[in-house]
Amino acid sequence: MNMPSTLHSTERSPVATTPEAVIEVRGVHKVYAGNITALQNIDLDFNRGEMTSLLGPSGCGKTTLLKIIAGLLKPTKGDVAVNGRPVAGPGPERAFVFQDFALMPWASVLRNAAFGLELQGVGKSEREDRARHYVNEVGLSGFEDKYPHELSGGMRQRVGLARALAVDADVLLMDEPFSAVDEQTRRKFQEDLIRLREIEKKTFILVTHSIEEAVYLSDRIVLLSPRPGRLNKIVTPEIDRSGDPDLIRRNPEYLDLIDDIWSGLRAYVE
Amino acid sequence: MDLYGFKIPRVAALLFWAALWEIVGQFELLLLFPPLSEVLFALPDVVTTSSFAEAARITVAAYLGGLALAVVLGIGLGMLMGLVKAADNLLNMWVNIFLSAPLSALVPVIMILFGMGMPTVVVTVFMFAVWIIALDTRAGVLHVSPSLIEMSRSFGASRWERFRIILLSAMPEILAGVRLGVIRGVKGVVIGQLLVSIIGVGALFSLYSQNFLMAHFWALILILFAFALTLADVIARLETRIEYYAGARA
Amino acid sequence: MANTQTDPGVIPGPTSRAFDMLGGTPLIWRMASLALFFAIWEIAGRTNFNWAFPTFLETMAALWEMLANGSMFSAYGRTLEPLVIGLVISLGIGVSAGVLMGLRRDVEWITLPVFITMQAAPMAALIPLITFVYGIGLTSKVLAVCMLAMPVIAINSYKAVRNVPPSLVDMSQSFMGSRRQQVFKIILPAASPMMFAGIRLGVAEGFSGVVLAELLITPTGIGDLITFNRSVAKFAHMYAAIFSIVAFAVIAVSLLHRVETSLFRPEKRGA
Repeated sequence: MNMPSTLHSTERSPVATTPEAVIEVRGVHKVYAGNITALQNIDLDFNRGEMTSLLGPSGCGKTTLLKIIAGLLKPTKGDVAVNGRPVAGPGPERAFVFQDFALMPWASVLRNAAFGLELQGVGKSEREDRARHYVNEVGLSGFEDKYPHELSGGMRQRVGLARALAVDADVLLMDEPFSAVDEQTRRKFQEDLIRLREIEKKTFILVTHSIEEAVYLSDRIVLLSPRPGRLNKIVTPEIDRSGDPDLIRRNPEYLDLIDDIWSGLRAYVE
Repeated sequence: MDLYGFKIPRVAALLFWAALWEIVGQFELLLLFPPLSEVLFALPDVVTTSSFAEAARITVAAYLGGLALAVVLGIGLGMLMGLVKAADNLLNMWVNIFLSAPLSALVPVIMILFGMGMPTVVVTVFMFAVWIIALDTRAGVLHVSPSLIEMSRSFGASRWERFRIILLSAMPEILAGVRLGVIRGVKGVVIGQLLVSIIGVGALFSLYSQNFLMAHFWALILILFAFALTLADVIARLETRIEYYAGARA
Repeated sequence: MANTQTDPGVIPGPTSRAFDMLGGTPLIWRMASLALFFAIWEIAGRTNFNWAFPTFLETMAALWEMLANGSMFSAYGRTLEPLVIGLVISLGIGVSAGVLMGLRRDVEWITLPVFITMQAAPMAALIPLITFVYGIGLTSKVLAVCMLAMPVIAINSYKAVRNVPPSLVDMSQSFMGSRRQQVFKIILPAASPMMFAGIRLGVAEGFSGVVLAELLITPTGIGDLITFNRSVAKFAHMYAAIFSIVAFAVIAVSLLHRVETSLFRPEKRGA
């Protein structure tokens, strides 16, 4: 998949199950009640260690696809395999980050972050140690005993991220994680996410409707088109993210790619 | 779709309970329940008596009178509280108190003040219905979007026009309050007559229990319940019709 | 948002919000409101517009008299018995029925119509019938309390369970929570604020039920104070009894409201 092209959009190559594909999506259809086709014939691989964005206008089924991968929804047709095993429901190798954070308002930051481990039956002191580590890693040390309502939107989502990291899944599924976060916080969060990726060698799948966000963060962008949701195009931005994260936003490749994608998507908005 | 899927089984569930009632009654499992069929046979018996006609007349008249008073005064009170801060500060507590107080305790007072007749029932209906209408109207007025009021002001609306805009945009809440008032009012009309006990439905209840007419008693209760549920249903339908307001406002 | 960081670990609310219980009206306004109401009562009483209408001060004197000679306390002893028993039963059955209806479609299908009917219909009409069948004892009064209190508790518990944010349920599912964990760790805690509000409404209804029972079935407790004093034309005493039960109910419900806000207020802002 890693073609040496920089900002050229690469048409999807025929399915080649590379050994490092963590998630394979095969022929997935999703039809909701009332005959609304949310997804049509989706074939996709997600490679280990990559950050892939699912990008598209509203109604393109990107969240539906993510929830199918998570095992929260069942596809009408087709199947999903994780590490070669077919998905029948949620599994320990996938962790979900929710658009509205899905924090328990009655629980402290620490308990929220440890909740995935709590459900797995990990002992209290061990799960709190691990949660503390990740709360620290997402930049919330000192807030362990706060409650969600005492945090800003961005901080709440960091708790959601810590909770997902704490269960040590291979794949993090993020459903528009920044859409309920204000602009400044979002930028900071995105920069932190780039750093975090270097520490945590995980596979990320990110649903977003922001072209900038997709280009800024991802190794690969899957463009979906709406009604019914189909694969439109796969783009692989080749942007060097090792330096100052702020410089990326001034990188001409970054800016050109945004324009490029926008001109492709424009048709669906008008 | 959802409504359709829900409506049909709801009726079926009621049929299930009706069947259960019949069985319980036939085998005399609970003294409280005579067989449903017996109750249904008692229905025409109850309905055709002249005392029933009188009871129905008193019930409907007292109910409508009390409710009309409650709607007019409740909306007025709510508007006053919503618009005038001082009135709100003075009255809010009392509206809340009367909302959660056991109003049936006040009926003996109402009986002394208004006599053992229909006026007492009217006032009871009023007391049961008015507070929730006032409170919801107040909430509706307070929820009117400030930009709407600024808009009407900037376009030079007169005082009266502004008042009309507020009243109309508070409509969803007002109607919700009226719906609850309608349901509470039915409880009021029944409780009022039970406590006065010498007129209307209350007199019928005493008659039936003195003569051990269980089936008649239940028949009358079924009629009252049907009256209450039909009213609630009609109002709910009306409300969904006007709901587009709330949708357009959000 | 940032200024809350200074008091680590403390849930803000209980003390600072203590006076917030009736719609946030400042204390001074509420005093003024009380004073105004009592003044109108006093003046109305003095105009003698109705031969049976005592002044506020006469009523308070009668109230004091009944408190001092203990008749009020013994009356409340009698009244609270069916109320408390009825409320405990309503709570147990109402909450479990509501939660079951919220969790299970089949239970909802069969049970919900009954509770909806009970909530919308004038259940008080059943009180004479219950007296007719179960006599004038404690059973009838407890049943009267249950009939009025249980539907609102059950319906609110049901709605509370149904209103749990779906994303929280998804969350527990995505982290491999079992159904049991989902119910006990997510659904019940998330539903508890609304359930508690329903219980508060149920308590208010229960007061209505017990007063009705004592007025309709046979005068005992506070109902006896009202009925007896009316029959001997001691109207100040009758008004005092009514005043006390209304005040008692309102204070009890407000205290519950206060407990509710101090327990759940921080979370309401959380979601």
